[in-house]
Amino acid sequence: MSEKVFINCTGGGPIRVHVKNGKITRVRPLVFDENDAPPWTIEAGGQKFTPPRKACVASFALTEKERVYSKDRILYPLKRVDFDQNGERHPENRGKSGYERISWDEAINIVSGEMKRIRSAYGPEAIVSRGSSHHNWGNVGYRSSTWARFFNLIGFTDILDNPDSWEGWHWGAPHAYGFFWRLGNPEQYDLLEDALKNTEMVIYWSNDPDSTHGIYGGNESALWRIWMRDLGIKQVFLDPYCNYTAAIHSEKWIAYRPGTETALAMAIAYVWLTEDTYDKQYIETHSLGFDEFKSYILGKEDGVAKTPEWAAEICDVPARNIIALAREWASKRTMLSSGTKGGEGGACRQAYATEWARMMVFLAAMQGMGKPGSNIWGTTLGPPFNATLDFPGYAQGGINRLAKKPAVNPVKQRIYRLLLPEAILNPPIKWMGDGFCGNSIEQQFNKYVYPLPGCSEVKMFYRYGGAFIATMTETNRWVRMYQSPKLEFVVNQDCWWCTETKFADIILPACTNLERNDISEWASAGGYSVHGAGACNHRVIVYQQKCVEPVGESKSDYQIFCELAERLGVKEEFTEGNTEEDWIKIMFDSSDLPKYISFEEFKKKGYYIVPQLENYKPTPSLRWFYEGRECDTPDLGNAKRNTEKGKELGTYSGKLEFVSQSLLKHTPDDDERPPLVHYIPSWEGHQSDLAKKYPLQLISPHPRYSFHTQHDSHVPWLSDIPGHRIWKDGYDYQVVRIHPTDAATRGIQNNDIVKLYNDRGAVLLIAQISERIRPGVVHSCEGSAKYDPLEPGKAGSIDRGGCINVLTPSRMLSKNVPGMAPNSCLVEVSKWEV
Amino acid sequence: MTRYGMVIDITRCNGCYNCFIACRDEYCGNDYPTYSAAQPDKGSFWIKIIEKERGKYPHPVGVAYTPILCQHCDEANCVKAAKNGEIYRREDGIVIIDPEKSKGKKELMSACPYRVIYWNDEKNIPQKCTFCAHLLDAGWKEPRCVEACPTAALKFGDLDDPNSEVAKLVAEGKVEILHPEYNMKEKVSYIGLPKRFIAGTVVFGDTDECADKVTVTISDGQEKETLKTNNYGDFELDGLPSNKEYTVRISYTGYKPQTFKVFTRDDVCMGDIFLTRK
Repeated sequence: MSEKVFINCTGGGPIRVHVKNGKITRVRPLVFDENDAPPWTIEAGGQKFTPPRKACVASFALTEKERVYSKDRILYPLKRVDFDQNGERHPENRGKSGYERISWDEAINIVSGEMKRIRSAYGPEAIVSRGSSHHNWGNVGYRSSTWARFFNLIGFTDILDNPDSWEGWHWGAPHAYGFFWRLGNPEQYDLLEDALKNTEMVIYWSNDPDSTHGIYGGNESALWRIWMRDLGIKQVFLDPYCNYTAAIHSEKWIAYRPGTETALAMAIAYVWLTEDTYDKQYIETHSLGFDEFKSYILGKEDGVAKTPEWAAEICDVPARNIIALAREWASKRTMLSSGTKGGEGGACRQAYATEWARMMVFLAAMQGMGKPGSNIWGTTLGPPFNATLDFPGYAQGGINRLAKKPAVNPVKQRIYRLLLPEAILNPPIKWMGDGFCGNSIEQQFNKYVYPLPGCSEVKMFYRYGGAFIATMTETNRWVRMYQSPKLEFVVNQDCWWCTETKFADIILPACTNLERNDISEWASAGGYSVHGAGACNHRVIVYQQKCVEPVGESKSDYQIFCELAERLGVKEEFTEGNTEEDWIKIMFDSSDLPKYISFEEFKKKGYYIVPQLENYKPTPSLRWFYEGRECDTPDLGNAKRNTEKGKELGTYSGKLEFVSQSLLKHTPDDDERPPLVHYIPSWEGHQSDLAKKYPLQLISPHPRYSFHTQHDSHVPWLSDIPGHRIWKDGYDYQVVRIHPTDAATRGIQNNDIVKLYNDRGAVLLIAQISERIRPGVVHSCEGSAKYDPLEPGKAGSIDRGGCINVLTPSRMLSKNVPGMAPNSCLVEVSKWEV
Repeated sequence: MTRYGMVIDITRCNGCYNCFIACRDEYCGNDYPTYSAAQPDKGSFWIKIIEKERGKYPHPVGVAYTPILCQHCDEANCVKAAKNGEIYRREDGIVIIDPEKSKGKKELMSACPYRVIYWNDEKNIPQKCTFCAHLLDAGWKEPRCVEACPTAALKFGDLDDPNSEVAKLVAEGKVEILHPEYNMKEKVSYIGLPKRFIAGTVVFGDTDECADKVTVTISDGQEKETLKTNNYGDFELDGLPSNKEYTVRISYTGYKPQTFKVFTRDDVCMGDIFLTRK
């Protein structure tokens, strides 16, 4: 059979998939052809900058062949050998016992039968379900679409996701500058051109854009940072780890202790205040509460002036460096790059990180945020962007939004993701905040209780795609949860064996998006991260062509949910008579795409490059605010846009709030997220009592060479990247980075297998001794696709898979802030001898 | 005549490993008869990235990524060592290990001083990069690693075509050979290969301030470079040869000058240097 080439898309970019005899033979980045729309060009510094005519995808996007045929693929429906839905269920053996192959018919019978039993015995709220991010790609067959429609239709207890990658920004920054509709991230429009033309320095603060690439943008923006270097724009990095971007771009690396960023930021403000080098006029006209802020920084509130010397002691950065940085920042037009989308970064995933995020906003504000060359910019978004063509992102409701009758979940009960183990093991539980608070600031103050009065506790967990073990904190909680008899039934529907698949009673094999048709736009989630496709140089809308038949007996998620819907008697309502292909066409027709290309042509070619606008006029983010004009960016979520409040930010006052009016209104007495920003020493940091026992601080950023748990060990090629995993004694160990002095005092040598441990657990890793990590800190990435306890199914067992969250605390950012804080984590390390 | 070659600009490499993954994708599970047998899923690095960590905490630290693949030498030791045509050079300059003839010839691995030939245990053959010759013969313009490179750190083309980018870079004298001492007429050349640097940070000892604009002279006895510290008191001179002694003199009006002898066995990080008043 001759070779066929298909187009598909992934979380790391669009790909061309070559297929021979029904097998994938190669996966290439999408290279554009001469008929595709031409690229943009930016002129700056006497040079012209044009992106290449191809998709600069992430390395893991090129592993799709191996991922589709991974040894970790779930090939058949499976039943745990000691699970009998009509007899003994042995929940205590979840994570321990093996599985036997069953037919699809039997699997669907058991799952639908248990769903019926539980629904009739306890009500629909007794079923809890949730997916994870990024295991597949596509607007029709993915979790926000097919999964969501099915469960909303039958009713279930939904799980509220915490914003795990940008906690401090989500829970802190909206109280300083609004942008709750972007979950705390700032708009980023046209900041690439602004930076190339006007910026003199970029300060990356806890930001590694070459690793996190604007979430889905692959390596698209790597070139932008090279352009900046070529233009002589200085790049400075503040991070305990000389991260991947810093390793090639850093002209200055300032490595503070984790958990002390807020103190460092305050000392910078102190220098500006005392040397009179901030934009006073801007602060006067654009902000609120600056005098209180100034008083606090100068020490008038608590008697402690936040001087560089004060911060130096806390951060372990010489005061002279803080002063030099502050002076340089004030003297140069500077982009503060505090997270991949502007606001993310490891610093926001730790105790009291709301304060750091707010301080980032305030420092940018003090230098006139929005003026040419001066802004908050992650360096991964904001190329010239044609926002006039509307195409939905994957998180915009999918097929459910397009259905004639969208399904609305009748169940009001919710569980907060980070508290799921406690909800099962020790109810009742309480928390405040909706998870993703993208509709209003007030959502952060909604109070929840589980179980909801009148509702049943959950009895069945339907786990869909991906893993909480290895992404959420304190793994052993999840092990105990899964083994609780209170969970009468656990289903896991996924493409791969992941960290928690083997805790299920029934496993349903789903196919990947290379094994079915779908439709999507590269890097576009839509909704709360509207115009996320700006992480790419071109807008690429993809008809995701089915490349091969589903592997093993796997089926598309839509097919699986159709079969369940049929047994539950709601198939017609679920499908409205539509096949997956019908939904794709409906999605296409719902967008602006038909104005540009016919469905047939689009389907045949597999992609469409959105043309740039002629006479494009950049509207740099927050320039309107700086200049006191109405918002002129296409930031769709900004409800004040095009109203009489169009000149305002999304805060209560419409201004930058050094004293937050929203916090003042809702939680005025909160001393852990006070209305006025404060430095609060970490509840698990270098100064904690616990540091005597566990003197090392662990930071666990997002991985460079995998997307959370979605690639990693599913793809052995990645394990041959020495910064990712290293093969030793017959096993691929995940890397932990240790400074030479910390290694030496513990007798640890390079490539030794070591045990990283604390009271929460222990993980075996391979030591990489490196000058890139500051002394007193160890570094190992979250997102292991493997949780491989030496004693399977035993909570507290030592893990050798690299599941670093075995060690991280489940404590939240602060008492009213339900974010996770994996980077507030003390550990010790020792050489492992079997 | 076409003579394929590659220029690798290390200053543009961010260590994304797309080249490595694309190579695995092209060759793992795929036989290309007469060109190459399938590459094993693990342990072979037809394009290998050498990560050299440079410097010491707290300043300065960085990484130089040097991708190493078959250099497709015009005077290749491996071709000479292969007495029965197991390894040969094509007319377009690409060096190929014949996947049939080379069976069992483990000794051919050590013929290459660059160590880019890998042993395939299962197939019992030596293997290496082919510049994706099977694709070029099918009309492709560049190998998979080059197509997958997002920053144009890898550049591929005809060294005999004066208009090709690679030929221009070579002609402009911007490139160097990884190991010119091997005298093998390599067709892969590099821009920005890591050398040695001498770096330090100067502090005014009396005020504990970063010592900006301090004069630093670095001399090897014959030639002398003069530079100024920056606003953090940092200075760095890169591009120096290894294993050489240098004299570093630090001076600033009103302060006692200091002189150090350093040796570029590795990058030299002098750490904080405190100046005292005269």
